Amino acid sequence: MKNFMRAMMAGAVMAVIGFAGQAMATELVVVSWGGAYTASQQGAYHAPYMKKNPGIKIINDDSAGTAVAKLRAMAQAGNVTWDLIDVVAADAMRLCDEGLVEVINHDSDLAAAPDGTPASKDFGDLIVSECFVPQIVYSTTFGYRTDKVSKPMTSICDVFDTNTFPGKRSLQKSPLGNMEWALICDGVAPAKIYDVLGTSAGADRALAKLDSIKSDVVWWTAGAQTPQLLADGEVVVGSTYNGRLFSLIAEEKQPVAMLWDWQVFDLDGWVVPKGTKNKAEVMKFLKFATDTQRLADQSKFISYGPARASSAPLVGKHGKLGIDMAPHMPTDPNNAKTTILTNYEFWADNKDDLDAKFNAWLLK
Amino acid sequence: MNTAQANTVLLTADGTPLKVSLARAQRRSKIIAFSMVAPLLIFITIAFLVPITDMLLLSGNNEIVQRILPKTVEVLQSWDETSGELPDEIVFAAMVDDIKKAKAAREHTKIGQRLNYESSGFSSLFRKAGRKVKKIKKPPYKEALIKSDKRWGKIETWQVVKQFSGQFTDGYYLAAIDFKRNPSTGNIDSLPSKDSIYLKLFLRTMLLSTLITFLTFIIGFPISYLLATIPTRISNTLIIFVLLPFWTSLLVRTTSWIALLQQEGVINDFLILVGLIGEDGRLAMIHNATGTVVAMTHILLPFMILPMFSVMKTIPPSFMRAAISLGAHPWRAFWRIYFPNTVAGIGAGSILVFIIAIGYYITPALVGGSSGTFISNRIAYHISQSLNWGLGSALGVILLGIVLAFFVLYDRIVGIDNMKLG
Repeated sequence: MKNFMRAMMAGAVMAVIGFAGQAMATELVVVSWGGAYTASQQGAYHAPYMKKNPGIKIINDDSAGTAVAKLRAMAQAGNVTWDLIDVVAADAMRLCDEGLVEVINHDSDLAAAPDGTPASKDFGDLIVSECFVPQIVYSTTFGYRTDKVSKPMTSICDVFDTNTFPGKRSLQKSPLGNMEWALICDGVAPAKIYDVLGTSAGADRALAKLDSIKSDVVWWTAGAQTPQLLADGEVVVGSTYNGRLFSLIAEEKQPVAMLWDWQVFDLDGWVVPKGTKNKAEVMKFLKFATDTQRLADQSKFISYGPARASSAPLVGKHGKLGIDMAPHMPTDPNNAKTTILTNYEFWADNKDDLDAKFNAWLLK
Repeated sequence: MNTAQANTVLLTADGTPLKVSLARAQRRSKIIAFSMVAPLLIFITIAFLVPITDMLLLSGNNEIVQRILPKTVEVLQSWDETSGELPDEIVFAAMVDDIKKAKAAREHTKIGQRLNYESSGFSSLFRKAGRKVKKIKKPPYKEALIKSDKRWGKIETWQVVKQFSGQFTDGYYLAAIDFKRNPSTGNIDSLPSKDSIYLKLFLRTMLLSTLITFLTFIIGFPISYLLATIPTRISNTLIIFVLLPFWTSLLVRTTSWIALLQQEGVINDFLILVGLIGEDGRLAMIHNATGTVVAMTHILLPFMILPMFSVMKTIPPSFMRAAISLGAHPWRAFWRIYFPNTVAGIGAGSILVFIIAIGYYITPALVGGSSGTFISNRIAYHISQSLNWGLGSALGVILLGIVLAFFVLYDRIVGIDNMKLG
């Protein structure tokens, strides 16, 4: 009986210690996009960091798609429950504009490259906002069904050529990207597209070009739709994020090939919400998660290019498939012969206007 | 009798007047009754009234301009925007000062974003000004500001600031019905037809919702009739088939329609197999209005069947038998006796389906393509993507108004007392 009591006591003490231990662990809520993307961050950043720092527990929240609106609502309610948010660059700029996220000192808050180059130089032009820590370069580009075309598609204008390549196309239900491609294929010099698009006549010109394929377009709103439409044979060619096409081609082995011509580069990265309860801890994690090796590690899991110049040479093989990842990166020289870098300032000014025009055009 | 009542006060056993004693007892039961509904009342206030009031306020709120540019707004009042001349030095000085303060509070971009809704370009104008104003230290501010960006030298820029400097704005409501205020004249112009969005979307939402309501009625009526007239043992089993899809996730039901209706989908394959259409003639039944109507009719069908079923259950079968035995043709007996008794259920089902349909957005977003999206898709876009909450709220208020209008109309025609959910 005495032994039994002792065992009970020990059990109770252990339980108390266990609870206390749990309560002491700092939980960091990291908001990201879910799916394969969060898995790549889990593998490259979260898991190694939690292993090194047993006191930290990282919790994934997959609501990045609506993060901007949610953070705004949280800030208005005065209760920010997130610690780190993964957003696209345009959203980072907007959140920074609204004062909802912390300003980052890129040199003192982030790790320098192994050769000592300060972070601000290593990231270079990709620091598009003082609140934004770039993480990956991704692109919106096309994949096409190799078994449903008479010859390989090589030019972005093949998307607009329904005679040579008949069948449906899937495009994003947004003016971004589509309007730039329409102008390029309507003969506008690539360097001039934003000058043309900024005028009312230019916007009409882009829409007129899109009009020529309007009846053949399936419009997507979520990045997963195009891979599904391609796999089902619903469309011959479709745009989406390059990482999605990579998994369709390399992991699911579908008869699909990439059309990299005039891919639209965009950035994705971290912002720290104002009002986080764990600022000191989250800054430590941020420094770790955006160092040269960690950014290179992420590309083992997903085909997005690391945002640091110093990470590029470290890009290795896919973690499971063992294939060389470099040729699948949007930033690979062979893929990046012709590219558009999203013009954030232009879209900040003109998105409302062009979006209204684009939607009015869709309704016609 | 009357005089006796007026003169003598009735007393209870303990001597207090009966009236007082009664009132006391009633008050107690009122307090108990109120405290029992209090949680619901609080819930409704927090979850319903507060957000709706908030939405109403947000759709007309424009205090941001006066808050961030207080001095500029004040001195701009004395400027005649129709004079064709730029404002005076004092206005430019006020603007530089306001932007400096806003920059320190990191608010200069907020004002840019607000005015960008009315006129494209303000976003970059204020962002750039935020970077440049710190170099402007002494007068003349006018030249310095125009030198930093030549748009400050345009009359239209100042006209927009003055036009939208009020505490309240109708700008969001005008935008929500495809109108725009001309900054220089102050007149309200309608947008050219090629640029109009919202009126078309409101109209489409109502037309498709009406069609969906009608289809759920056509399909649901025979099903409810069958369920209400067969023996309970069988109808209890059959009602599972109505409820099972109802309990299935909305996304699952919507995506299974994609698998069925798409061009390489089950239905098209079947039609080709039986030779009704050729390989080139595959029907486009999804990513358009057809897809929205089919998927939403299916999803909303239980909302029509259940109220109709519960009303039909209460109609005694002897009514029909009596009518027929009195010589009515079965069809006539159905039409004159049975059908009028079901109106309460039809009314309840229709108004439920219609009001749910008019605010639907997930299904139209997934299967609607460009011709099958609803106004709610634009509201969701403005709330979660473009962050133009003012416009999103204005659209929401109009949608709420439409729903209320339909409700009142229904009350006038059918009478809300006649509505039965079971």
